[in-house]
Amino acid sequence: MTILVIAEHDNKALAPATLNTVAAAAKIGGDVHVLVAGQGADAVAEAAAKIAGVAKVLSADNAAYAHQLPENVAPLVAELGKGYSHILAAATSNGKNILPRVAAALDVDQISEIISVESADTFKRPIYAGNAIATVQSNASVKVITVRATGFDPVAAEGGSAAVEAVGAAHDAGISSFVGEELAKSDRPELTAAKIVVSGGRGMQNGDNFKHLYALADKLGAAVGASRAAVDAGFVPNDMQVGQTGKIVAPQLYIAVGISGAIQHLAGMKDSKVIVAINKDEEAPIFQVADYGLVADLFEAIPELEKLV
Amino acid sequence: MKVLVAVKRAIDPNVKVRVKADGSDVELNGVKMALNPFCEIAVEEAIRLKEKGLVSEVVVVSVGTSAAQEQLRTALALGADRALLVETSALLEPLNVAKYLSKVIDQEKPQLILFGKQAIDQENNQVGQMVAQLIGSGQATYASAVNHVDGQWVVEREVDGGSQVLALAMPAVVTCDLRLNQPRYASLPNIMKAKKKPLEIIAADTLGASVKEHARLLGVVPPAVRKAGINVGSVAELVDKLKNVAGVI
Repeated sequence: MTILVIAEHDNKALAPATLNTVAAAAKIGGDVHVLVAGQGADAVAEAAAKIAGVAKVLSADNAAYAHQLPENVAPLVAELGKGYSHILAAATSNGKNILPRVAAALDVDQISEIISVESADTFKRPIYAGNAIATVQSNASVKVITVRATGFDPVAAEGGSAAVEAVGAAHDAGISSFVGEELAKSDRPELTAAKIVVSGGRGMQNGDNFKHLYALADKLGAAVGASRAAVDAGFVPNDMQVGQTGKIVAPQLYIAVGISGAIQHLAGMKDSKVIVAINKDEEAPIFQVADYGLVADLFEAIPELEKLV
Repeated sequence: MKVLVAVKRAIDPNVKVRVKADGSDVELNGVKMALNPFCEIAVEEAIRLKEKGLVSEVVVVSVGTSAAQEQLRTALALGADRALLVETSALLEPLNVAKYLSKVIDQEKPQLILFGKQAIDQENNQVGQMVAQLIGSGQATYASAVNHVDGQWVVEREVDGGSQVLALAMPAVVTCDLRLNQPRYASLPNIMKAKKKPLEIIAADTLGASVKEHARLLGVVPPAVRKAGINVGSVAELVDKLKNVAGVI
């Protein structure tokens, strides 16, 4: 068995989710190859070659792959993937965008967002907003799988010395083009990889009040997240949303501030090691999953918390 | 210009899901079903495009049992012109659904195909992308804005770090995210009118799609239950617990 892992990157740096995906591949067993499809992504290929347990890195460097357009990347992955037993990608917006196209091109089904590997053909994945865990067995000739990063501890980023092999194939479908992007800039750790996450909900009342959470987060070295209510109300941008339709996180510590704890929000954070809820409504459902609950006015509790940590 | 919207009958998002006692699946008997929330957003977007004069016909399609007619009627009441049900009682694996839909697309020839980004039951997030591959179209997933400029669909998408804008040749596949729009409610007169709108039933096996079975559900279990937490009386006590008991800060 040989497994192909699609690297998650922005042409400059390898995203940490790749390490969790390689960890899932290692659980399946067999040689692990990593594909870096991009443009001018030499640094990414070099980083991928250093990942512990990676046997080979395939580097497809072409203008057609610069923005990871699925119309161009999926045919490449499908072509290379034919010889592999499994094709894995992180369940990021990129991975989820590309991989179903790969599966359709190979005429196989895809298994989405696995959280554990039971055997080479059997996997566990959450369904119904995480309210049930399904065990599925696949008889597909090539198993095409997205991996939920929080289900697997990352492998070491250093220690490997894989060879980098250039792949010439260029696929440019010519049916889509990149127009532009607007990426949020933040000095705080990335939400899905942070050890501590501080999240605010509707109880924050407005966007300006998030400064209290930013101050606390900076003190803790934490990332800042939000509930759907806070995003819909325009307090913060939508890439900060934690939940079924946003990001899935499982940090060591999750501090939910002014968040009631709807099913859809819990789906994105209930695998956190320790959950703290700060809410003035003692009936809020968030207290049912919290390890430590504090019934208090957040505008008093947060500044005090910031002082004491 | 014609837009096709794929919709799914799924469990109502407000229902608390329970796993069956024998662990074979979740309990769906007697549970309230609804139009999948992301499909509602897709239907709303199609209707808005029609209201803007960009689109002349909105066709909704669903793959499933005859019970899905209820959700197609809902879409008709919201403003769709015509509905198609690809009827099958088989388990709905994403690739098979995509194959049926691509056959319908071959017949209908829409210039835009709208999907919800995912169904809230199986949470696969696959069918739109698979259809795009099968019909050879460009795709824009997780759309937060859809515009038509110079014969192309220009779509803003929600991505992990922010947002991205793509231009797609026609026909194109767009899957709709939460913030694309706020779906309307069906008025009573429109619900009555929807009963008279055309709803065609197509037997799935007449479409000539080469479907197969890939995945087997071995069982379903409830997620691990977290052990009960405690309430602390003060911020100082909270900090003490986090430092000295949990050891996380």
